[in-house]
Amino acid sequence: MSEAAERLIREPWSDLGRQTEGATFGIWLFLASEMLFFGALILTYAVMRIDHPAAFAAAGRETNLVFGTLNTAILLTSSLTMAVASLAAKAEEDLRRLVIVCLALTAALGLAFMVVKGLEYREDIEKSLVPGPNFPLLQAPAQIFFALYWLMTGVHALHLSVGIVLVGRLALLGWRGRLEMRRSPEVEVTGLYWHLVDVVWVILYPIFYLPGRSG
Amino acid sequence: MSDSATLGQLPLPVEPDYLRFERTVWSWLTTTDHKRIAILFAVVITLFFFMGGAAITLVRLELVSPEGHLLTSDTYNKLFSFHGIVMVWFFLVPSIPNTLGIFLVPLMIGASDLAFPRLNLFSWYLTVAAGACTVYALIAGGVDTGWTFYTPFSTLFSNTHVFAAALGVFLVGFSTIATGVNIIATVHMLRCPGMAWFRLPLFVWAMYATSIVIVLATPVLAISLLLVMAERWLGLPIFDPARGGDPILFQHLFWFYSHPAVYIMVLPAMGVVSEIIPAFARRRIFGYTFMVYAILGISGIGFFVWGHHMFVSGMSAYTALIFSFLSFIIAVPSAIKVFNWTFSLYRGQIAFDAPMLYALGFVGLFTTGGLSGLFLAAIPVDVQVTDTYFVVAHFHYIMVGGSVSALFGGLHFWWPKVTGKMYPESWARFAAILMYFGFNLTFAPQFIAGYLGMPRRYHTYPPEFQIYNVMSSSGAAILAAAYLLPLGYLAWSLFFARTAPSNPWDATGLEWSTTSPPPHKNFSVQPRVVRPPYEYHPEGHSAEVGPPSYQREQELLQ
Repeated sequence: MSEAAERLIREPWSDLGRQTEGATFGIWLFLASEMLFFGALILTYAVMRIDHPAAFAAAGRETNLVFGTLNTAILLTSSLTMAVASLAAKAEEDLRRLVIVCLALTAALGLAFMVVKGLEYREDIEKSLVPGPNFPLLQAPAQIFFALYWLMTGVHALHLSVGIVLVGRLALLGWRGRLEMRRSPEVEVTGLYWHLVDVVWVILYPIFYLPGRSG
Repeated sequence: MSDSATLGQLPLPVEPDYLRFERTVWSWLTTTDHKRIAILFAVVITLFFFMGGAAITLVRLELVSPEGHLLTSDTYNKLFSFHGIVMVWFFLVPSIPNTLGIFLVPLMIGASDLAFPRLNLFSWYLTVAAGACTVYALIAGGVDTGWTFYTPFSTLFSNTHVFAAALGVFLVGFSTIATGVNIIATVHMLRCPGMAWFRLPLFVWAMYATSIVIVLATPVLAISLLLVMAERWLGLPIFDPARGGDPILFQHLFWFYSHPAVYIMVLPAMGVVSEIIPAFARRRIFGYTFMVYAILGISGIGFFVWGHHMFVSGMSAYTALIFSFLSFIIAVPSAIKVFNWTFSLYRGQIAFDAPMLYALGFVGLFTTGGLSGLFLAAIPVDVQVTDTYFVVAHFHYIMVGGSVSALFGGLHFWWPKVTGKMYPESWARFAAILMYFGFNLTFAPQFIAGYLGMPRRYHTYPPEFQIYNVMSSSGAAILAAAYLLPLGYLAWSLFFARTAPSNPWDATGLEWSTTSPPPHKNFSVQPRVVRPPYEYHPEGHSAEVGPPSYQREQELLQ
């Protein structure tokens, strides 16, 4: 085993292969937990939408489709750069620089998403699409749509922020040569988390931006 | 296989044990040793246990008289809520998994630590932070929603510190998820050579199944509390019926977690008992594979019975029927386990040491609790006794009679391994018996009072129920003594008791093959397992015949 690989090993593992397998398995378990976390929110959305289809359609037309679609494109692209980074980290040849560049790109795309989301939130607040006395739509359940909109996109944005910090940290450590990128379990693990955050958005996009817009 | 050794041939380590490995307080607060973190958890959990106990002591004192002179109804509501919240989330859920569980799982599977040691330490800090948050809320002003946080009371009407209390519970949930992930990954990835899945001790199986339930159920609790917090803080209308919201949805989300949570609390207890009974009956556990399937069955079916908490909340007759049916079904694997523990005693050489007394107490109390659970699974009976003391008695039989008895049993059983000291046997037997009788005196009358219609959570009650409440409160006093006794004599044993040998019970299991207390890395040589667990006697023979332990086997060989 190379000296570099040996430095990556942590207690209680005895070899890097097992450690990577263990870390990947652990993050999958965490992602299963996250699925139920978001699953419970999506269930709440489903129940409320079945109760109030008309109000949800009316409220769905109020979200900003341009921002939503743009963000979907940004996030899906970031998954591509993340996947490239994690494959490059596993490659036989030395692709250290590609890993670092792709990680930096991923973090940058994540930040771009947050900027667009921030612009969208500002517009929403200007249109007072916030549950409360000044809510513009007449049907009361439309407020539930926006309650869930704020809550679910908010929780998603929080997850994404954590992801940006994790990916940014890896890129920074790699760039300054503080972390051995090749065969590092951390790249793979961070990547899996990043993809989950993306997959959640893939569900949030249709349920918040597309209702009431098909006809 | 020069660097590995089969059980019984393991050389005992000579390095300092984990307690003396480093001596500073800082070394404890930054430790990643699973054994030390287990002790950190034990300290915190003991604190929560006595806090929750103090709250309910006042409640029981109040209930001695029907008019209730001691407390105002407001204080009363806050005290039973404090008791419920602290006991469920800060004591019962982490009680066995985060103390015996993280201490023993690596030892039992021949690993040097959990898969993610730093995550383990993080989990402890998160528990402390969450506990501080909740306890602050409960002391600063209290919460009067009960431990269930039912909407719309918790969101629209309660003027108490619901937000902070819910935030604490929300956070401690992530701490248990972290432990769950850690244990599952450890059992999958770090079993020593020869430790096949069907050679795992049942305690490890129980911890594994519990962890799966923790990982999959807890996030749903987090969401249900997040929605309550959002509604209180930001006025989001999700549970507000006036604005189209649905308060019943909260109950579905809450019980989707909180019913499986019952199995989070009781499965580890079953694991503990499955270790103790074979050791003191000198018998192989009866039906090992069925025990495994029963554990997994309980953890799976446990996800599909939550509706039985809501038979009177409004659900369609067909839904109620299905939940009722599934609730009957889950009694089957539980009953299999009770029968198997009983059969394990057959032709055994039973020794009534304190751990065994606790374990047998568990079987009796768990069976009572389980059978009363069948009453509650039947819709007509449930509708009659919903929100009465019958329900209170039922779940205390499972969670206190069952889980807490098993926790104390396990604490005594592994005390020599954890601390290197023997506990005083006579005192321990006395406490075990006292606990059993104190418990029954406290909760058996509640079945009757509840069946006769005494509602739970009321400050005053009609005078005809006084006799049951006086019995209950006197039982609670005995129970309190039985809980305080071990605190005293176990502390005493740390300083004055005799030193424990590696394997005081002649038990099988890898944890007994290393020193008491174990060294920092658990084993000096990588263990290798060559036989199934619980080999207390040869196949087809009674306990009288066989070589009772690996140690003795080795002596015979020499």
